[in-house]
Parts: sequence; structure tokens; C-alpha cells
Amino acid sequence: MSEIEFLNWVRGDGLNLAISVFLLGVIWRLIEIFSLGRKPDLSASRQAAGASGLHTVFRRSLPPPGMVKRSPVSYIGGYIFHIGLAVVVFLFAPHIKLIESLVGLSWPALPSQIIDLVAVITLVAMVVVLVDRFTKPVKRYLSTFEDYFTWTVTFLPVLTGYLAVKHLLLPYTTMLALHILTVEILLVVLPFTKLFHAFTVFGSRWFNGHVNAHKGVPV
Amino acid sequence: MNRRPTVAEQLAKRGVSRRAFLKFCAAAASLMALPPSMAPAIAEALGKRTRPSVIWLSFQECTGCTESLTRSHTPTIESLIFDMISLDYHHTLQAASGTAAEHAREQAMAEPGYLVLVDGSIPTKDDGIYSIIAGMTNLQMLKETLENAAAVVTIGTCAAFGGIPKADPNPTGAKSVQALMDEGLVPRKPVINVPGCPPIPTVITGVLAHYLTFGEIPELDHLGRPTMYFGDSIHDRCYRRPFYDQGKFAKTFDDEGARKGWCLFELGCKGPTTYNACATAKWNNGTSFPIESGHGCIGCSEPDFWDAGSFYSALSMPTKPLDLAAGAAVAGVVIGAGVAFANRSKKSSAKAAHKATGLADLEK
Repeated sequence: MSEIEFLNWVRGDGLNLAISVFLLGVIWRLIEIFSLGRKPDLSASRQAAGASGLHTVFRRSLPPPGMVKRSPVSYIGGYIFHIGLAVVVFLFAPHIKLIESLVGLSWPALPSQIIDLVAVITLVAMVVVLVDRFTKPVKRYLSTFEDYFTWTVTFLPVLTGYLAVKHLLLPYTTMLALHILTVEILLVVLPFTKLFHAFTVFGSRWFNGHVNAHKGVPV
Repeated sequence: MNRRPTVAEQLAKRGVSRRAFLKFCAAAASLMALPPSMAPAIAEALGKRTRPSVIWLSFQECTGCTESLTRSHTPTIESLIFDMISLDYHHTLQAASGTAAEHAREQAMAEPGYLVLVDGSIPTKDDGIYSIIAGMTNLQMLKETLENAAAVVTIGTCAAFGGIPKADPNPTGAKSVQALMDEGLVPRKPVINVPGCPPIPTVITGVLAHYLTFGEIPELDHLGRPTMYFGDSIHDRCYRRPFYDQGKFAKTFDDEGARKGWCLFELGCKGPTTYNACATAKWNNGTSFPIESGHGCIGCSEPDFWDAGSFYSALSMPTKPLDLAAGAAVAGVVIGAGVAFANRSKKSSAKAAHKATGLADLEK
């Protein structure tokens, strides 16, 4: 298989398969989670300032007091790579072009130099949080195979994307095909690992906030 | 036996001046990425060489490659490179036809060490009956002609990689020359691939000039293409590249961006994955190349470019419709509902099995 055939496959059958598994997984997991339901709480609802599902959705995006100082790498590194991923994935012209071809929506792109810079910052932040996971005994104790696996499948698309755009290491065609392949692996893995938080994060925050607000506790 | 005339003798006979010949050699040196000081050396080497016999085989092709070469900028010195070789067999260009034409090929083959140029792919399905010349299938003719050849130069993407005849679903089982050698269907000889649909005329003549000058195969990339012409991607050498880097893209062929000459990536340009000399050697006597005329690169010098989706879809866009997605979504709903139902029944059976703890239990 030549590199163009490889690229044609990842742009054709590979993408078809990956998007299908992704859709199947996301719909399955969402229906499963939302259909679990909870017993109706028959107690009288208590009131407290700042206690509601919506409050929690926003509050949990900010670190609790003192935590940035106690765990700076987790918080600052976490912010950087999450925002970086969003910028790189959704504001790079070729990515917008793909989304437009799939769902018909498009928006303005950022210049590629800015995307380059954000990609490098994202990669560095991801490496730093990984090293932190290795070196902090508590974090290392809490980490499982899934943590390292999901880190890898998230890191590789950014790395290969950057190397492809910069024409480093391998010929552009091969690197572009590898980039698309790693994104396809990410798509397949996402619904069935902790990466599914991309879909559940705000729902679960709202749920926690709502349950606790009922008890009069702002969380 | 008559001695074959040297290139210098042949050119003198044709009235080509030494100055014009040196000018050609300087152009060839520049195309081959050699310093200009190499021009006299090339002239000397070319001048002394006898004209090697060349057999040009046309198989499943459209004659576009020959058109490209012959119509390029006739009659410039470039077309005269064909006076430096002895083109003994070429369907389109030779005056002879029928038995006389085939006789010319057989005669040329009598002296080993000739060069074979191939344009067009070779059908292999159903014993290759889809293309027959003088009662021979293309495969038979190629096999026979390659027997005593010094090397093969494939002219165009069809001969180099299969091209349009090989495009999905490839009804004739079309294959490239290299693929046939790899499968042992024809004798293995050194292959120089000169792909393109068609290849740039100066690249065809440049490759031949290199072979004649140095008497060896030029440095090739992993697809058998001379790196001196196919070493850089169109994108890397494109004059519109700064607009790509700035994120300035033409969205349609007649918008503001298109008029300002912005990057054609979003209109489907395959420049980033295409290796060829168009952006530097250019076409029509150095006039321009497709991107300069406002159309994206279609990637014609790459294998299977015909199967890489629409010419007008960006590289990041899918090459095929995502026809499995709707079925997968339905399957997701079905599995999700099934799991939800299983969870509910598990919950209700747990509820049914639950026993209330009473005072009596505590006193046990």
C-alpha cells in the first residue's frame, strides 16, 4: 500500500468506520446513562444561595479556593491542554472544512501560525501533566492503564497533526494519513473510555448540583 | 555496418548551432539541479554519445503524454532531444504502419541495450485481451520488448502507477510496469517513473538527457520517480503558500479570495500531497501551472489520484460518503434501549427481592 492509498483509505473507508463506531457508542452510552434515572426525592426542597444545577456547571469550571496552589500542575496544565485542544480541533481551517462537509456548519478559522503555537503549548502541557502523574506518588497510585491509554490516544493526533503541518519526521502524505488514523482511533475509543466525559461533563455537574441544591448545599 | 551517428553529428546535420545546443545543456543542467558550470560537461557527454535506440510502447493510454511532449513548444531545442535518440517505434509519431511498423520494433530489438519508453497501463484481466496491438496483447509485447532492454522509462501516471484505467473498479485489471515486474510477469529492468497526467515535457526530456549524459539511472524516490523533479511537493513550492500559512483561502472560484490569488486548499487543491515540478518547471514554455491559472492541483503524479475523492474536496474532507453512519446511529439507539431495558429489569428485580428489616430481624 503506497502512502496515497493509505491516505485514501483513512479518508474513505477508515473514516466511515470510525465515525460509525463513534456514533453508535455515543448514542448507546447517552441512552444508557440517561435512562438510569433516580428515585424521586420526596423530601421538601431546601433553599441556599448559589445552589442549583446551573451554578455547579459553572462553579466546577473554576478551581476550589486554595487548590491551584496545592495542585498547580493539574489545574493550570489541565486548563491549558483542554482549551488548547478545543482551539486546535475547532479553529484550524482544514478541520472546519471537514466539519462543514459532514454537518454543513462552518465558522472563521484562525491563522495557521496561531494554531501552530497553540498546538505546541498543548503538547507541552500534556507532557507536563503526564510527568506529574508519574512523579506524584498519590496520582501514580490512582492511575490505571486507562489513564495512560486515553492520554496516548489524545496526544497522538495533536502530535501527528503538528508534525504533518510542519513536514517533520515523515513525508507529509504519510504523516497526514497517520494523523487522520490516530483521530479515527480516538473517535473509536472515546465513547467507551473516560474520554466520554466530553459528552457527560456538564450533565453530571448539573445532576450533582441539582441533587445537592435540593438538600440546600451549594457544591 | 553503419555506425550510429553521435548526437553532435546528428545535431550538426540538423543545423542546430553549438550555441543553441549549449543553451539546451544549460537548461538541462538547471532542471537537473546541477550547477551551470556542468553545462559544457553535459554538452561534451551528450555530444560524444551515439544515439541510443528507443522503443516507445503505447498501451492503455490517451496519447496525452505524447501530445504533451510533441506539442510543448515546437520546434524548440527541447523537441530536438528526440534527434539525440533514435526513436525507432512510436505508434503516433512513426510514418510506418501495420507490418512495417512492427518490423521496425523487431529490428530495433535486435541490438540489445535499447531504451523502452512506456505510456499507458497494461491490462491483465482475461489474459489481457482488452488492448491488443498487431495481434499481441500489451502484456506479451511488453514482455518481449523488455527482454534485451537496458532500462524502462514510464511516461505518465498510467504506465507508472496504473492511472485512470486502474481507477476503481479497474475493469481491465490494469497494472503499472513496476507492478508487472514485481509479480514476475515481465523481465525485471531498471525503471524510471515519470508520472503526471500528462508529465511536464521538460521533465520527460530532462530525464532522458540525464540518462544519456550520465549513462545511469538518476536518484529515485520510493515510488521510482527522479528526485530532481519529484523531490518537492507542489505545496512547498507554490507561490500561493504564504496565503495558506496566513489562513487566507478562496471559498469559490469567483470570490474575492480567488481574485486576490489566495490559497486553493479549500477548493480541493492536492498540492500538499503531490510531488512534481509544476510549480518550478511550469507548463507551456514556462508560462504557468494549474494553480497559477486559478485551479487547484489534482494530484495527477501520485498513485491512484483518480480514487482520492472529488478534485474539489479539500484534502481533509472524506473521499467517500459516510454510508455506514445512519445504520450505526440506529444500532446505537437499539443497543442503548436494550441496555436501558436490561438495567431497568435488574433494578426492579432487585427491588422485588429486597426484604424490609424489622424488629424481629434485629433480635435474632
